[in-house]
Amino acid sequence: MQSLIWLAIALPLASAAVLLLAGRRADAWGHWVGVAASGAAFLVGFFALIEMLGKPAEERALDTTLYTFIPGSDLQVDVGLLADPLSITFVLLITFVGTLIHVYSVAYMEHDKDRRRFFAYLNLFVAAMLLLVLADSYLLLFVGWEGVGLASYLLIGFWNHKPEYATAANKAFVVNRIGDIGLIIAMGIMFTTFGALDFATVGQLAGNASTTTLTAIGLALLLAACGKSAQFPLQSWLGDAMAGPTPVSALIHAATMVTAGVYLIVRSAPIFNGAPDAQVVVAIVGAITLTLGALIGMAKDDIKKALAASTMSQIGYMMLAAGLGPIGYAFAIFHLVTHGFFKAGMFLGAGSVMHAMNDQVDMRRFGALKGAMVVTWVTFGLGWLAILGVPPFSGFWSKDKIIESAFVGEGWQPWVFGLTALIGAGLTAFYMSRLFFMTFHGKARWTDEVHPHESPALMTVPMIILAVGSAFLGLFLAVGDRFSHFLEPVTGHVEHHEPVLPVPVIMAATLILVAAGAVFAWLKYGRAEVAEEAPAGSLATITARNDFFQDSVNRAVFQRPGQHVTRTLVYADAAIVDGAVNKQARGWASIGEASRKVQNGQVRSYAATMLVGLVIVVAVIVVGGL
Amino acid sequence: MNPMNYVILAAILFSIGSAAVLLRRNAIVAFMGVELMLNAANLALVAFSRIHGELNGQIMAFFVMVVAAAEVVVGLAIIIAVFRARQSISLDEPAELKG
Repeated sequence: MQSLIWLAIALPLASAAVLLLAGRRADAWGHWVGVAASGAAFLVGFFALIEMLGKPAEERALDTTLYTFIPGSDLQVDVGLLADPLSITFVLLITFVGTLIHVYSVAYMEHDKDRRRFFAYLNLFVAAMLLLVLADSYLLLFVGWEGVGLASYLLIGFWNHKPEYATAANKAFVVNRIGDIGLIIAMGIMFTTFGALDFATVGQLAGNASTTTLTAIGLALLLAACGKSAQFPLQSWLGDAMAGPTPVSALIHAATMVTAGVYLIVRSAPIFNGAPDAQVVVAIVGAITLTLGALIGMAKDDIKKALAASTMSQIGYMMLAAGLGPIGYAFAIFHLVTHGFFKAGMFLGAGSVMHAMNDQVDMRRFGALKGAMVVTWVTFGLGWLAILGVPPFSGFWSKDKIIESAFVGEGWQPWVFGLTALIGAGLTAFYMSRLFFMTFHGKARWTDEVHPHESPALMTVPMIILAVGSAFLGLFLAVGDRFSHFLEPVTGHVEHHEPVLPVPVIMAATLILVAAGAVFAWLKYGRAEVAEEAPAGSLATITARNDFFQDSVNRAVFQRPGQHVTRTLVYADAAIVDGAVNKQARGWASIGEASRKVQNGQVRSYAATMLVGLVIVVAVIVVGGL
Repeated sequence: MNPMNYVILAAILFSIGSAAVLLRRNAIVAFMGVELMLNAANLALVAFSRIHGELNGQIMAFFVMVVAAAEVVVGLAIIIAVFRARQSISLDEPAELKG
């Protein structure tokens, strides 16, 4: 099955084409085709995993070349798929969570007349994302990278009859383009340095390249990762991306696509291993984003935007881990997998809540929903415990490892990164508990017309499965470092390093901070009254509520000057380039205007002209002696 | 008699013809001027033929006569058509080609 892994891409792609081309006549059954295609892709991935596990660790990677995309002497690009432990992990995460979200969407989008189109886009996304993770070269990865960007754009703007949703889609698209430039630059440097773009060759030759080159490639790749994964300073699009339908937020903007940046960094391990400076920058970006996301999450009242901020923060953890080098790669991916489960589960829970509350998202008008929606409450609660990092739930196993690894090293780095990760865990506990208590506990602050009710089984079953994953997947994968060993062929074997603080101390400090955050949230939002209208709040609250004024900053620093530049260029174009051409054309026109007078229509003057001409010709002949 | 005199006569006749074409408004008269210019050319050709002692010039003169006959047919037909259309054969009135 490993050599047939291309089927996992082809099936959803074919399904997307069918759904889009069949048009309205597929409305009745189209969504089931979408579910089946995604499920089939999962089965392909699953059997590939089984086959892979049957082989010894070092023979597990299988690179299959499908065809030659660009045949040439200097640049030969093959379309090839690389099924190794890292990519198969992603394949399973994407298709498993993806299939559950497909099922959920059948019910969630039931009353939308464009449900078929929605499933076509979801399938397109699955195909593009699988291409991204299965590609065996940066160029093919870039194809998938752009494909998921397109699918994300189409799905954020799925309800584009609302202008602000369409704007959100555009914003996501434009910010992602900035990141894409990073990937293009990285590929350009790679090609001039190594003469190839496939992972195998780049990985082999990376050791020979100079540190400067590797740092340049690393920073360009980081820019790409920042764009796709909503990391500082390109994080501004993710909050607005919540304009898309909630299953999209769960699949694309929480579980899979936004983690592509982490995948890119881990996949480029040979480059980053040779560029310590770039690694530190990756870790710093991760640390900044995890703090920024947590602070924003503390102030948001919109349940989806709070979850989006949390996603940003958790991906910050993954980036931090990826920036730590070989010691963190496996944990970054581990946290990515567990996060995929619990965050997708919580987003689906949020969707279920919105479903019950007439699509309201303001948590200040929720409260006391645990009685009305028991399944949602329990599944969301498991996700909440997982993201908090409460043992023995999934998040504990992955996040605790990242915090431990962050404390490993020399000099200032372990202290800065370690303490940031540690404090981040406390902040996470606070804002996630705030979200949980405001939604499900306390007094009901519902608007008059809502009648909360539990969602149908098609929605609750995927939530239950994801909640089971949130609870036990971490434990299952962490036993005997099973997952780390599975990834070792890709991430490399690492000797154990001792953190600067003893491990039990770190673990205890983490748990104490988490408990403190949760208790504080309970006192403030569980037991105490929550105002139905958001209070004005302190300067810090306002800052966080406005995403640290990222939009204003972007507007002042990039948009305004950019507009001035374009206006100047437009003026220069009109005055100088067009001006020169138009002046010249006007000159020719006036010459024509003048010579037009000669054509007076008088036969006799024509005859006179001919005679004069004849006389001149004769005179020339006679005088010139010809 | 000096053959050059015929050439001079031809030049005079040509000048008269071209003056008629340029100065007269009546299409018929202008047309007569054209004929005069053609015949001046014929006279010059025959004179050159005599000067050089060859027959080429005379043969050329026959060609010119044939062409002139055809030209008269076409030209007069055009003049009649113009007259039918405009009730006038003034050369200055039709100026549709004015740019």
